[in-house]
Amino acid sequence: MEHQHKEHSVLAEEFNADEARVNWHDETLWWVRQKRDKMAWSIPEWEDLREAASRIKHNVLGNLHDYLLEFERNAQANGAVVHWAADAAEHNKIVLQLLQEQGVKRMVKSKSMLTEECHLNPYLAEHGIEVIDTDLGERIVQLAKEPPSHIVLPCIHKKKEEIGDLFHEHLGTPAGNADPKFLTAAARQHLRAEFIQSRVAITGVNFAVAETGEMVVCTNEGNADMGAHLADVHIACMGIEKIIPQRKHLGVFLRLLARSATGQPITTYSSHFRAPKKGQQLHIVLVDNGRSRQLGREDFRNSLKCIRCGACMNTCPVYRRSGGHSYHNAIAGPIGAILAPNLDMKEYADLPFASTLCGSCSNVCPVKIDIHQQLYKWRQVITQEGYTKKTKAAGMHAMNIVLSKPGLYKTAGGVGRWVMRTFPAVVNNGLNPWFKQREMPEAPKASFADWYKKNRKQ
Amino acid sequence: MKVGLFIPCYIDQFYPQVGIATLSLLEKLGCDVVYPQGQTCCGQPMANSGFEHLTHGCNELFVDHFADLDYIVGPSGSCVLHIKDHLHVDGKEQAATHIRQHIYELAEFLTDVLKVDNLKARFPHKVGIHQSCHGQRGLGLAQMSELVAAPFSKPQQLLQMVEGLELVELKRTDECCGFGGTFCVFEEAVSVKMGKDRIADHVNNGAEYITGNDVSCLMHLEGILRRQKSNVKVLHIAEILNSI
Repeated sequence: MEHQHKEHSVLAEEFNADEARVNWHDETLWWVRQKRDKMAWSIPEWEDLREAASRIKHNVLGNLHDYLLEFERNAQANGAVVHWAADAAEHNKIVLQLLQEQGVKRMVKSKSMLTEECHLNPYLAEHGIEVIDTDLGERIVQLAKEPPSHIVLPCIHKKKEEIGDLFHEHLGTPAGNADPKFLTAAARQHLRAEFIQSRVAITGVNFAVAETGEMVVCTNEGNADMGAHLADVHIACMGIEKIIPQRKHLGVFLRLLARSATGQPITTYSSHFRAPKKGQQLHIVLVDNGRSRQLGREDFRNSLKCIRCGACMNTCPVYRRSGGHSYHNAIAGPIGAILAPNLDMKEYADLPFASTLCGSCSNVCPVKIDIHQQLYKWRQVITQEGYTKKTKAAGMHAMNIVLSKPGLYKTAGGVGRWVMRTFPAVVNNGLNPWFKQREMPEAPKASFADWYKKNRKQ
Repeated sequence: MKVGLFIPCYIDQFYPQVGIATLSLLEKLGCDVVYPQGQTCCGQPMANSGFEHLTHGCNELFVDHFADLDYIVGPSGSCVLHIKDHLHVDGKEQAATHIRQHIYELAEFLTDVLKVDNLKARFPHKVGIHQSCHGQRGLGLAQMSELVAAPFSKPQQLLQMVEGLELVELKRTDECCGFGGTFCVFEEAVSVKMGKDRIADHVNNGAEYITGNDVSCLMHLEGILRRQKSNVKVLHIAEILNSI
């Protein structure tokens, strides 16, 4: 099978070539998980809150059509222009057209995983428009010409020294200065110049309220506000699953989002955008891009409840030790691994297998998505659809034949253990991935069944 | 009360001493234990790899061997969870349901069914508990650190009855060891790194032994410990609870 990317296991192995860096990456994200735990424990009704959020989203997914139309009606009444995009290509085209109408060649964008999913930046670049990402972490990876490695902490894989080097090269900060405070101030100066001259601003959307037609955008840096307030045209891009029924439901989601994401009680800015100010245009692009298809897959529907907090990444022992880029998808980690196969099953066939099914993700998830169970189910679907390697399939068929026949199992076990004892090199070699960094278990002369037959009743 | 002993395939083949300790422990506690001969595997290795559709042979064997027993007990949280979640056989659904509802991992059988409150066991060593994920999060053998909920641990409850045994505290109480079935070979680099990190936590906190309710995790950790030429050993919880 031809793939555009190396598989997760290969990329993860490359990431593990530098063990000290893996340790640092693991510890950094584990620290975020611990901050989340502390915040969760500060709220006695935490588990009830998760349940409430999950049920509200359940209601949304069951009535999405109606809520979307309600949102559209109310947003239009507020003076916004609503656009519908069936897929990433349509989304990109709509945004390009709006930019061309304004005649801009350069504009600012706050964090939006949807635009990452749609690969908006490279598309606009092809059409001669430069996007300046204004979220600090996103700006850093943009300068490094890399995709984000985490949905909330886009440059979590970069050390401050590397960021100092990048800023020295691109923003002219003094060589060798890696002081976070200094570098942040430098970025602020640089971004301020962009905000002031940008006539169009793109933002993402965290929550879209059907009842009022308003959108809520959560940031810690206020960069969405800076962009949207200074520009003549505000374009808000959102996946259709971002809808919540009523404004009062924000009381549930805003309490969960930042606590789950970074261990903060709330994001610094939770900004409500309802109507364009005088002379300004507000465009909302509602994007499907596979979401309706996922809604139709009963086993995977719940994945659309995701509020993009990233808690499943921070807790995932595999993500922490393989890095976000090993998932070769805009959304990494456990949630990415259940969303991506819906977009392209062949391209992302490896992701549901990049997990031990430990279940930690499902239990930190603020909207209670059964992530590890969906990973298991995707494995079945991917195998049934024929996206498993032939060698693996052959191995599984052989294993099944042996394990389905007690006589054959007994003989094969006995012979196998005898070979391991007599000719250990047959298994203790470079072709056996187990043996690379681990000893094989010792092969006893008698199995338990042999022992039982000899020592207990016949 | 007739208890059927379920000894998963890799324990049967590579860790017979765990099967023997389990049998001996259950008998000491007064159970009438039978070991249905001819049993093989729960089917989990295929199912977790995406080949659940191939497991009907294993499922049928399992139902045939364990249908007529009051309880089924196995020394592996992961295999027990697989049966609980996935055992179905066309035409024998009643028997399969009985099994799914009456299968227990050893420690939970001891605490919840036999309600063991004392054990004549002695093990004068420092021991770290490896909470295997499927037992912990799947079967609920212990509270998970992700939830805002009261703590408990069935394995710990049992180990505290063992004379001389000192439990060590870990920095991360329930992080996965990285075994993960076929994950351990298809994602070898991350699997081993996860195992090394788990081991370091136990070693740094003074454990002489790492114990747990799943031999699969322990086999993975043992493979790394032996490669490291470490003095730290792994033992299944049955071996400790059965030691004198």
